[in-house]
Formats: sequence, C-alpha cells, structure tokens
Amino acid sequence: MPATFTRHQVEIERKDTGYGGKPPLDRRPTGGGGGDENWDSRPSGRRGPREMLMRYRLAVLSILTADFVFFAVLISVFFVRPSSGHIDAAETFVSDWHPLSIPPILWLNTAVLLLSTVTAEIARRQLFHEIDVMEEWLGLGRPAVRRAAPWLSATIALGGLFLAGQWIAWHQLAMQGLTFSTNPNSNFFYLVTIAHGVHLLIGILALIFALGAMFYFKRVELRQIAVDCSSWYWHAMGTFWAFIFVLLVFSQR
Amino acid sequence: MTSSPPRGDARRGFRVFTTDPRSLAILYLLLAVVAVVLGTLLSLAMRIHRVWPAFAFPFFGVPTPEQYLALVTMHGTLMVFFVLTVVPQSAFPNLVLPGQIGATRMALPRLNAAAFWITLVSLLVLLAAFCVPQGAPISGWTSYPPFSAFAAAGPGQGTGMDLWLVSIALFCIAAMASSVSFLATIFFRRTEGMTFTRLPLTVWSWIASSGLTVTAFVVLFAAAVMLLADRHLGTSFFLPAGEVINGIQQRAGTGSPMLWLHLFWFFGHPEVYISILPGMGLASSILANFTRRPVPAYSLMVAATLLIGVLGLGVWGHHIFVSGMNPYAGTAFGLTTMAIAVPSSAEVLTWLAMLFRGRVRLNTPMLFTLGFISFFIAGGLTGPVLAQPALDSYLHNTFFVVAHFHLVMAMAGVFSIFAGIYYWYPLLTGRRMNEFLGKLHFWISVIAAYGTFFPMHYAGLAGEPRHYAQLAGPVESFASLIPVERGITWSALTLAAAQFIFLFNVFWSIRRGLAAGENPWHATTLEWSPNPHPINRCGPYEYGSQAQSEKDFHPQWLAASSKDSASGELGRTPAAERE
Repeated sequence: MPATFTRHQVEIERKDTGYGGKPPLDRRPTGGGGGDENWDSRPSGRRGPREMLMRYRLAVLSILTADFVFFAVLISVFFVRPSSGHIDAAETFVSDWHPLSIPPILWLNTAVLLLSTVTAEIARRQLFHEIDVMEEWLGLGRPAVRRAAPWLSATIALGGLFLAGQWIAWHQLAMQGLTFSTNPNSNFFYLVTIAHGVHLLIGILALIFALGAMFYFKRVELRQIAVDCSSWYWHAMGTFWAFIFVLLVFSQR
Repeated sequence: MTSSPPRGDARRGFRVFTTDPRSLAILYLLLAVVAVVLGTLLSLAMRIHRVWPAFAFPFFGVPTPEQYLALVTMHGTLMVFFVLTVVPQSAFPNLVLPGQIGATRMALPRLNAAAFWITLVSLLVLLAAFCVPQGAPISGWTSYPPFSAFAAAGPGQGTGMDLWLVSIALFCIAAMASSVSFLATIFFRRTEGMTFTRLPLTVWSWIASSGLTVTAFVVLFAAAVMLLADRHLGTSFFLPAGEVINGIQQRAGTGSPMLWLHLFWFFGHPEVYISILPGMGLASSILANFTRRPVPAYSLMVAATLLIGVLGLGVWGHHIFVSGMNPYAGTAFGLTTMAIAVPSSAEVLTWLAMLFRGRVRLNTPMLFTLGFISFFIAGGLTGPVLAQPALDSYLHNTFFVVAHFHLVMAMAGVFSIFAGIYYWYPLLTGRRMNEFLGKLHFWISVIAAYGTFFPMHYAGLAGEPRHYAQLAGPVESFASLIPVERGITWSALTLAAAQFIFLFNVFWSIRRGLAAGENPWHATTLEWSPNPHPINRCGPYEYGSQAQSEKDFHPQWLAASSKDSASGELGRTPAAERE
C-alpha cells in the first residue's frame, strides 16, 4: 500500500509514484543541452504550456456543472407542476396548467444560437492552431488572433441577435396576454427563458472580454484561456438552450 | 530552496483586503465566531423560555410563541450555514489546504476572496431580518411553503422572509465560488510528488465536500429564486390550492409545496456531509498523529469518503417520510439511507482500530477528536432508527430528531472544529493553546453536551414535539418531562459557559501560549513544513507505532537519506532488534 509503509528509496530509483497525479520523475539528462530539465520541478503554473489552461477549464467545468443542476431544478417544475392539481367533488382532475403555444420566432432564435456555437468553436480552434500559436509565441506576429477575431465577433453578434429574438418572443407572448404571472406554464416559460437569457448575457460579456483579451493580453496562454473558457461556456449555454427548446416545443401538455 | 525561519508564515501579517488564504481563513473564523455567539444566545433563550415561560429577558420581555419560532429559525440558519459550513468548508481549507498540498496560494485567488465578501454580505442581510418591522422569519431553517410563501402567514414572513431568502441565495453563490477554487487548487496546484495517493485525508474530504457543494447548493439557490418569484412575481410554483390564513383566502395556485421539500432536502442532506466530511478527514489525520500510527487502509478511507459523498446525494427523501410522499419512495429512501451507514461505519471502525493498541497521546486536539468520534457514534446510531419510515412516522417531529442531529451534526461538527482550531492554532500564531485550559474546556463541554442532548432522546420517545414554545402554560402537557427539560436547560447553560474558557484561551495564547516551534505535534503533513514550497516525498501518515525514540515519524517534506532516518519503517523492525 503506497500510503502506509513505503520503502524510502533514493528519488531516482523509485519507479512507481502511484496512480493519478504527476508522471513519474525522470531525472535522466535530456541529451539536448537542456540539462536536467524536469517540468515538475518548476513552480506550479509553469509546468507545461497547458497547466494554467487546465486549471481554468476545471473551474469553468465546475461552474457549468452547477449551472446544469440549476437548469435541471428549474425544468423539474415543468414535470412536477402539471401533475400537482387536485381532484374535485365530481372526481375530475383539476389543474391550472395549460399548454403554451411557443412563438415561432424561437425556431429562428435556436438556429441563430446553434450557428453561434459553430462560430465560437471555429474561433476557439484558431487559438490552438499549432503553427499559428508557435508564431505568436515567438513574437513573429499574431495570425491566430487575426483569424479568430472575426469569428468571435460573429459569435457576439449572433448572441446579441438571439437575445433580441428572445425579447421579441416575450413581447409577442405579452401581446397575447401571457405575461410572467398569467398561468403556471407562462411562469415556467418566462422563468426558464429569462434565466437562460441572463446566462447568455453573461456569456456575451465574457466573449467581449475574450475579444479584448486577445489584443491586450501579452501571454499567449492567457489569450487562449480567455477564448477557450468563454467558448466552452457558450457551448454549454447553446446545449442547454437546445434542450430547453425541445422540451418547450415537443413536451407541452 | 532556503528554509524560512520556524513557522515563518506565522509572522506574515494579517490583511483584510487580500487574496492571501491565511488572512481569509482568519476573516472566516471571525465571521463564524460572530455567528456562533449569536446562534448560541438564541438557543439559550429558547431553552430558558421552554422551562421558565414567565421569565422576562432583559431589554426584551417575555417572547411570544411567534418570537420563539423566530429564535428557532435564526438559530438553525446561523449555525448550519455560518458556523457548520463556513468553518469546515471555508475557513479550514483556506487555512491549510494550500499548505497540505504544497501550494503557496489558491488556484483562483480572486474568486476565493470574493467568496468571503459575499458570505459577509449574506450574514449581514440575514441579521438585518432582526431589525425590520415584525422581525425575523418564523418558518424554520427549512422554510417550507406555504408557510414561507405568504407574507400573511405570520410575523416575519414578510420582509424578514425575503431577507432570509436573499441571504441564503447569496450564501449559495459564495459557497459554490470557494468550492470551485478549492477543486481547481487541489487538482492543479499540488506540489511535485504530491500524487493523489499521497493526499492527506482532509484533502480528500475537501474534494468530496466541494463536489457536493457545487452540485447541492445550486439546488437551494434555484429553489430560493423560485420561492422569491412566488412571493413577488405572481408565480405559483409552490403555492397550494385554496390556502386560507386567518379566514382570508390567499392567492391560489395548484402548485406543489412538495416540490420545495424535495428541492430543499436535495440540498439539505448533502449539506450535512459538507459540514461533517472535513471533520472526518481531520479525525483520521489527528488520530494518526496522536496515536503515532499510520491510517490503516488509506484507500478504503478515501473510497468511503467519496462513497459517502455520492450516496449522500440519494437519500434526501428520509427527511420527508411523513409529508405525503409516495410510501414506496419512502422505502427506497430508507434503503439508501441504511446503505450510507456502511461507508460511515467503515470509517468509524478504522478510527477505532487506530485507537486499539495505538500509543495514544491525550493532547487537547486528540481529546476533541475523541469527542467527535463519540458524538458521531452516539448520534449516528439513531440514524438507522430514523431511516425506518415506520419508526419515523412516530418520531419525526419529536425531540428524538433534535437529539439525533444535534449529536451527529452539531456536536460532532463543533468538536471537530475545536479539534482543528487547537491543532492548527500554532500555524496562525506560532504558539500552542494552553493545554490545561483546553482540557478543562473539553471535559466540561463533553459532559454538558451529553447532558444537553442525550436526554432529548427520552423526551422524544415520550412524544414531546419540537417547535413548541412552552411546555407549561394554561394547560400543562408532558408535565412529567419538565424536570428533564430543566436539566437540559441547565446543561445547555453550562455548555455555553464553558466556551468562555475557549475564547479566553484563544486570545490569551496569542501572546502567552507556549512557543510552538517548528512542528509542535510532530506531524507529517505538509502544512507543517518549514519550507513554504516543499517537495513531497512520501505518503501522508508515516508514523511508526513501535518506535521509542522521538523521531517516530517521517514528514512528507523530508527525503530519506539513509535507512536510519527512514523511521517510517520502524514499525517493521523485527522484534529482536526492538529489544
């Protein structure tokens, strides 16, 4: 058992450092003039080109996990609420949940948001295109940034378009007399779409930050982190929306 | 790699506006002290009012039944969130988590610092509920609708309830933010050689509890948002049909109060583990240190910790057996609840195995850890009892439940907090807390704590209900229990008074405590390393139980230069050599 009584050997002779975590220490000379270059000996944060990126990705992933649960809780209303009516004296089931006809513009909005996910992914991949990144790292130019910027701008524009479309959808529903507090189903519709809209607004702000970061951050990996994390957030919001949309359109009761 | 002066970090200053985890830990501890003092005073007021209903509190008078319920609510909220969550899951990780994995700072320092300030705002918002007209909310820390959904439901259910919900929503955000920071720190800031199999068990506990925090607190957040919408935006997620208060028909929905119950307890049960898992990890570490034995079955302990975390997400239904939930669901939740007793028992048996034939040193941290284990067992044994839907239908709203969770969560949690403070105090001040005062504090506390909470089992079995403001009144109910109740109140007063010893000890020892030196407990884990950025060389609990010399342990930061200093192996020396 590694944790109880291990034999203490000299560091080099230890073959097994256990599963998980850092790779085994390898102190052999590199032969390439690098001496005993061991990335593990460097201060944390400088052990590899991706170490800081992984840290931020984990943070975004944790936040998105929490966000996923958040939306799952909101959506639970959609399943619980219709069946929480009561049975009256005539033994009929009475529920105040009424199906809601979804404004058709949501189809367009969904298409726009899915398209923006594609543009965000293209922008993200530019930042990891190896030859371009190497060129940026050497300070020869900024081809990755140059290529990513239009795609990222397009994502922001499409995101804005989606929010405008959502606004129109809310307006259309309000014109039909369906506001936030009209009936349980409209409660749910407004709650879940507004919650998603707020998340998307945060996403747009993050993308704008990433766009600025691409031009102002000096370190390549910081530029990568800004674009990468905001893109993953954006993908998650696109996925969440796709699920909510399917639910709203096809599961109305 | 120059080694800094002994306990160099103890000399680092304390700043308020900072991302330095150690300063944040002190801020969190100060915040928790405010919360625990208030929460204790509220509980004493409840105890006194129950047995001497005519007693008029100075500057206040005799509490009404509604005010008694406000005391219940605020006591529970302060203790659960701002003491039992803040200390094990925010203050302690900030204090030692970076140290234990050999990191100099947190992975996301600004997010981590923001979490403290949001927690502070959350506490202030909660306390503001005392100051608004009609006072604090009265629907308990669980805030079941429809009680919590209508302002007309009672005093404090208007503005007070709103403040409560906002405060809890803020707290959820803060808890999640700090947990994300801890997870990123553990996964990506471990020092060289600190593999996952060499993490101290406290760090494993923080992995489990941080994961639970991220997934559970967001549920409460969403539920709070929906309840606020019900109260102010005209929705009816939790509003039942035809609610009548004081003869007045309230706004009707056909919403589901049950939905709140499920959402709340989906958070509420993992919350129990969020506050107790770090204490379990700490118990393993302290037991290893003060019995000078390694933790046997390290992997089993890790697996049990993670299993408790995972199973903890699937047992919430046992809080709502009698709510009208489907009885089949009750059976299922009863089974999962009894299943969670398996990994918990595995941990307890491991601790007992460490005590058996260990060379026990009864210093104050060890005493409090033994207290923790004792409460964990005493309170835990009634867990499988309450997990039976049939038994719970009798016991659910009696003092039996109060006894159960005050022993297994409150007292066990608080005793592990005390153990942690006595144990890590030298990290903060460079001095040890006074041993005599510490032992005095322990013995009075442990006796008074059992005196307070153990008789509640009998009161509960006799049928005495919770949440009743008084037993004696125009009609005397449970007259035979009044002597027991008086004993409980005296015991609670003693328990509270004993904490003055602790507070005095904390402040007295800052200047006059025994100088701790470099590694006062002869501990192995990295937070005691003299070097702020050590390299990790071995497992976390390499103590040799057979060694007679002073060096019967092998710290994680020391390389074994020769076989003589590899004292972790002394446990394996043949009997002949030991003679």
